[in-house]
Amino acid sequence: MSVSNLRCKECCAEYELGASYFCEQCFGPLEVTYDFSGLEAEETRRRIQAGSGGIWRYSDFLPFDHQAGDPLEPGMTPLIRADRLAARIGTDAEIWIKNDAANPTHSFKDRVVAVAIAKALELGYDTVACASTGNLANAVAAHAAAAGLDSYVFVPSDLEEQKLLATDIYGTNLVGVRGNYDDVNRLCTQLADERPWAFVNVNLRPYYAEGSKTLAYETVEQLGWQLPDRVVSPIASGSLFTKIARGFEEWIEVGLVAGSLPTFNGAQAAGCSPVATAFADGSSVCRPQKPKTIAKSLAIGDPADGPYAVELARRTGGAVDSVDDEEIRAGIRLLAETTGIFTETAGGVTIGVLRKLAERGELRSGEKVVAYITGEGLKTLDANRDSFSLTEIDPDPASFESRFGQEVAV
Amino acid sequence: MAVTVKIPTQLRAATSGSAELSAAGSTVGEVLDAVFAEHGDLRERITEGGELRRFVNVYVGGEDIRFGDGMETAVDDGAEVTILPAVAGG
Repeated sequence: MSVSNLRCKECCAEYELGASYFCEQCFGPLEVTYDFSGLEAEETRRRIQAGSGGIWRYSDFLPFDHQAGDPLEPGMTPLIRADRLAARIGTDAEIWIKNDAANPTHSFKDRVVAVAIAKALELGYDTVACASTGNLANAVAAHAAAAGLDSYVFVPSDLEEQKLLATDIYGTNLVGVRGNYDDVNRLCTQLADERPWAFVNVNLRPYYAEGSKTLAYETVEQLGWQLPDRVVSPIASGSLFTKIARGFEEWIEVGLVAGSLPTFNGAQAAGCSPVATAFADGSSVCRPQKPKTIAKSLAIGDPADGPYAVELARRTGGAVDSVDDEEIRAGIRLLAETTGIFTETAGGVTIGVLRKLAERGELRSGEKVVAYITGEGLKTLDANRDSFSLTEIDPDPASFESRFGQEVAV
Repeated sequence: MAVTVKIPTQLRAATSGSAELSAAGSTVGEVLDAVFAEHGDLRERITEGGELRRFVNVYVGGEDIRFGDGMETAVDDGAEVTILPAVAGG
């Protein structure tokens, strides 16, 4: 096991592996560091391949000094070649869809929560909590139930009904806060200072964030131990986006895969685009915004890892783009019609940006592009309600023929 | 004019353990200057060159001052100014 300590991303001050998340000297974010010098590539690869069928196969790269596990193990979600999607958007790049809706609670948040809850148990907490835009709420409530922990889940009170119902069912304390996500986040930052609870994305955030690296590891394995050339990923706080890159970097360092970091393209909703705006302005300062978008799972107006996301897009030759609500709805439908995958609004943002990149001619012929689909369409049904159509007929063939006769002529 | 300034746990070593301070001032900048005059160590911890460090958030009555006028944001008598780390969430 390689985990070392916590280190400030700004001033490099080091801290012990406890429930801390920001630097007491400069307020910078803390990140888990590792010493991989003891990992030999071939032996590590064999250990991974002989490991579990989910994220715990990557224990050498997760923040534990023992083999962690949990009864609701996420990971090893499908990576699907999407040729019909490529044809529809007019690119001859190889498009791959990583469908992370295929996790226990139907979003990538199962990865980060599994890691955070394992750490909460190790540190002796009996109550976990989170500030969530919905998917995290589902995951925390479910994983806490599976681990036998109490939980408090804080969400904006105007969240999609599906996400509220799919959280409360696990027997959590579901708290709807009258405000937006940034208000919820501020409240939880204050509560984390006073309550002896493990807030997965506040005081356990350095560990929680590590879970997203497993998306990179799986991508490499599923591409036959190769790196993709380009990544398209949604950006809310910027944690997922930057940790996918960290995952690739770690495996390049250890020698599990050869090559260089892929080009990183970030995707935001136009109605909440502080990172895309900073990128477009040539700045690394993400000015906060008041979100107004159907992509509620990406509606973070004050992204904690925003500056790092901008920096990653720039140094890999990528970009951060945004799409409006209509483009998001179209993206959801396009993915569903060409791959059979029904994604939530965040996936619509990702596919909308993928289409934009194709239209701008930025996708190179034959390059491997992996688009990360982070959540499930059944959780945001209202987004496509207006475009839904049902043809109602009487239960007799003549009625059917009168509506469809011309279309099904034999 | 007196306002209440709330200090997170990790900064309380610089305030002799106080979780709340009372300070005078009509803008956030003036209030923070008054706090720094009493607790000099805080200045370097949360500001750099007269500006807030990039991972420090300050709120007046729950509203992020970046939606107001930054350090020039007006602070009414009896208001609550909260200093928090900006690296949570997502």
